[in-house]
Amino acid sequence: MSTVGKVHSFQSFGAVDGPGIRFVVFMQGCPYSCPYCHNPDTRPFSGGREYTVDEIVAKAERYKTYFGEKGGVTVSGGEPLMQAEFVAELFEALHEKGITTALDTAGVKVTDNVRRVLESTDTVLCDIKFPTDEQYKQHIGIGIDTVKEFIAECNKTDADVVIRHVVVPGMTDSEENIKAVASLASQVRNLTKIELLPFRKLCVQKYNDLGLEFPLADTPECDADTIERLKKLMK
Amino acid sequence: MFEQWKGFVSGNWKKRIDVRNFIQTNYKPYEGDESFLCGPTERTKIVYAKFDELLKKEHENGGVLDIDTETVTSLTAYAPGYLDKENEIIVGLQTDAPLRRGVNPFGGINMTRKACKAYGYQLSDKIEQEFTYRTTHNDGVFRVYNDEIRAARHTGIITGLPDAYGRGRIIGDYRRVALYGIDKLIEEKQKDKAALAAQDVTAEEIRRLEELYQQIAFLGKLKEMAAMYGYDISAPAKDSKEAVQWLYFAYLGAIKEQNGAAMSLGRVSTFLDIYFERDLANGVYTEEQIQEIVDDFVMKLRMARHLRTPEYNELFAGDPMWITEAIGGMGEDGRTLVTKSSFRILNTLYNLNPSAEPNMTVLWSQGLPHAFKRFAAKVSCDTDSIQYENDDVMRPVYGDDYAIACCVSAMRVGKDMQFFGARANLVKLLLMSLNGGRDEKSGMQVAPAGKKFEGEYLDYDTVIELMNIYRPWLAKTYVKAMNMIHYMHDKYAYEKVQMALHDSDVHRYMAFGVAGLSVLADSLSAIKYAKVKVIRDDTGLITDFVTEGEFPKYGNDDVRADLIAKEQVGLFFEELKKVPTYRNAEHTLSILTITSNVVYGKKTGNTPDGRRAGEPFAPGANPMHGRDASGALASLNSVAKLTYDVCKDGISNTFCVVPQALGGDDETRYENLSQVIDGYFGQNAQHININVFDREMLIDASEHPEKYPNLTIRVSGYAVNFHKLSKEQQKEVIARTFHCCM
Repeated sequence: MSTVGKVHSFQSFGAVDGPGIRFVVFMQGCPYSCPYCHNPDTRPFSGGREYTVDEIVAKAERYKTYFGEKGGVTVSGGEPLMQAEFVAELFEALHEKGITTALDTAGVKVTDNVRRVLESTDTVLCDIKFPTDEQYKQHIGIGIDTVKEFIAECNKTDADVVIRHVVVPGMTDSEENIKAVASLASQVRNLTKIELLPFRKLCVQKYNDLGLEFPLADTPECDADTIERLKKLMK
Repeated sequence: MFEQWKGFVSGNWKKRIDVRNFIQTNYKPYEGDESFLCGPTERTKIVYAKFDELLKKEHENGGVLDIDTETVTSLTAYAPGYLDKENEIIVGLQTDAPLRRGVNPFGGINMTRKACKAYGYQLSDKIEQEFTYRTTHNDGVFRVYNDEIRAARHTGIITGLPDAYGRGRIIGDYRRVALYGIDKLIEEKQKDKAALAAQDVTAEEIRRLEELYQQIAFLGKLKEMAAMYGYDISAPAKDSKEAVQWLYFAYLGAIKEQNGAAMSLGRVSTFLDIYFERDLANGVYTEEQIQEIVDDFVMKLRMARHLRTPEYNELFAGDPMWITEAIGGMGEDGRTLVTKSSFRILNTLYNLNPSAEPNMTVLWSQGLPHAFKRFAAKVSCDTDSIQYENDDVMRPVYGDDYAIACCVSAMRVGKDMQFFGARANLVKLLLMSLNGGRDEKSGMQVAPAGKKFEGEYLDYDTVIELMNIYRPWLAKTYVKAMNMIHYMHDKYAYEKVQMALHDSDVHRYMAFGVAGLSVLADSLSAIKYAKVKVIRDDTGLITDFVTEGEFPKYGNDDVRADLIAKEQVGLFFEELKKVPTYRNAEHTLSILTITSNVVYGKKTGNTPDGRRAGEPFAPGANPMHGRDASGALASLNSVAKLTYDVCKDGISNTFCVVPQALGGDDETRYENLSQVIDGYFGQNAQHININVFDREMLIDASEHPEKYPNLTIRVSGYAVNFHKLSKEQQKEVIARTFHCCM
């Protein structure tokens, strides 16, 4: 196959990005600028290494014995849908081999290639960063409609959808905010769960290494009790 | 025949000594979950509190509570000892008081003397006197060692040889005492002896005749020992409590007689389950009472101790006994060997807190019942006290009644024994090959002077050629040392109780080992794929390297590095097999270091992979710390490439994963952990130690041991209480790769 994708890195053992045990492909390049981004090194569109679909399928097959019924490959990033054609071909090839696929995305403008990806996606892990258009425009650089339209597109497929939301103290941890996210999530037809991810600062080193300033350097990490408390709100 | 057998299904086991047949005809596979289990009874809590108190005192006392320096250990040398006579269910201690250690100078009086001294005691004049007239195993070995073996030992290219302590790694079939009683076992041994004496006899037969004589004599002593505790074990055990007690007496006799490095228990839980189920069905005991018996038995096992020197503790840290119990597995007929008692024995880790002993070893198969897999994974997540070994690769070799000696050495129970033989340092072999047989640290000529590396930049083909010259020398020296050791051990410290609980016609393995595999693989990979310049001292000795450029590293599922590791293991094994062994033992090989990876590293100079002189190796077959950077499964896939066919004595891998990386909630973690083991073993890997915790906790435990009194971790084929490790060993464990991806 001639299509190549730009890959930042691989993680052979992913147990928190999709169902079961997953081989995770981190694509290079993301147009967004989430303040709490924990993979800033995957953001630039320059960099990364080019791989063909076959090369990645061969790597993933090395982990087939671990996948069991649920596990498989997760494509994350970066924003994987910025290389939608490549991801579509990769997912189609993985399905050929009987390997399940998961897409970890923040949602993008729907194109034909994005539709093609979704047709071969078993699980969509979709971030809802904020519940309002203002916040989206201020912090991420897109309008919330992009995400809503993307979710609407997901609703046309059989893919399971997991909604994820990062809880940042002082920014997204208010009860009102969480309820609004839950209400947006209720628009998802095949919603399997909502995951509240605690804001962590494990990525500070990466920012330092890149010579970047971590926008939330002064924000405290989110503790487990907060997550538990907020989870109850959504029930 | 015996009334004690009432209710058991008949089979060949009634006609001859055949415990496996008894199990197969009588056991009940259990596919359910753990919900039937009972917690500790009030009695158990009382007895455990007493034991726990003693453990604290032992720890405060520097690791040894007390030593009896006046009595040489044997089956009947001490008055009966008790932890809590009134409340104990299973009785018997090694000496007359709990945690008091006996002295066992048969392996070597020097070690005994030093060990006493290290803890502020002095070996009594009486024993010193007595042993001036006795030859110990250690005396015997050093009478015959030549200069080459001494030099190999001295420089550490071969380290940890059992030439001054009991060799261990022999598993008596302790179940036989419960099933048949001592008298029947003596009767069978007498028949074997008579039959052997009726043949033509030369040296080997005469030796075997004398061994049989000793076995019979010690079966008699076992009976005497039990009688001192008020039990007559000449007949079979009649119920659950007696079955456990008989079996425990047999094990106790073995550890009173021998201080072998590893004194495994075998595979007893499913055997005992047959007695438990019979008594439960007949209303003799309740589930709570059965668990209470198991708890009390396990508490006794946790009280077993041997007296060791500080040097010994460096090799085998944490005061281990390797009371290894093999749990679960599948039968040859496809039924699982998991029973309720597989759950009950793991349940002791909850009822009596996590603990390093007994060394809980789950024989894992893809076919194990799902509920048991889940429970084992849960116990791992909660206690970090289990190791897993692949039943699907071992069963085809050993059948379905094998057990594990020490960490990873499989043997058919009562049918195979092994001559344990520590390990050769393959990294030093590389360095010695470059230096024409000289030791890279001292400059001492160890192997005969020969070709050495003359150039400035190492080239792979030349290095391999040089290793091909020195490898046969190392193999020969190693086998020779092992033959001498085991000849002398048989002669001066023969395992009479344990061998009495084997078939008379026993199969012998000679278990060799290698250390430093990952450093060797990475060093050769550096030579092959990067540029390595040598640095010599003024005597021309290569003592350092400058490595420029990137090279693939073992532990990333990269065939370029992984196949180097695999090839080197194969080459060494082929070389070992060329040298004949004592008693025609079958050569086997392990990749296992216990905690000696720290000592091996200390004795090894700078290496081409960038490791500095003195730095620890990775344990066993593990990739080097921090170099397995492609995630947990890539690391596992690298180790899985090493073939069990070549390393039948085991391939040890220790795996640390942080809880959050295993999944977001407990159930997901159990499921994912179980899936990781399935995936790893699905590639025919043999062994994995599982630790689920994060580095921060270990650092905290190292700084505040009082906060973590029961913290148990898997190190290399066994578990240790973390606070029993030296600071240096703790540091090494903390430096290991913790797999996390969040």
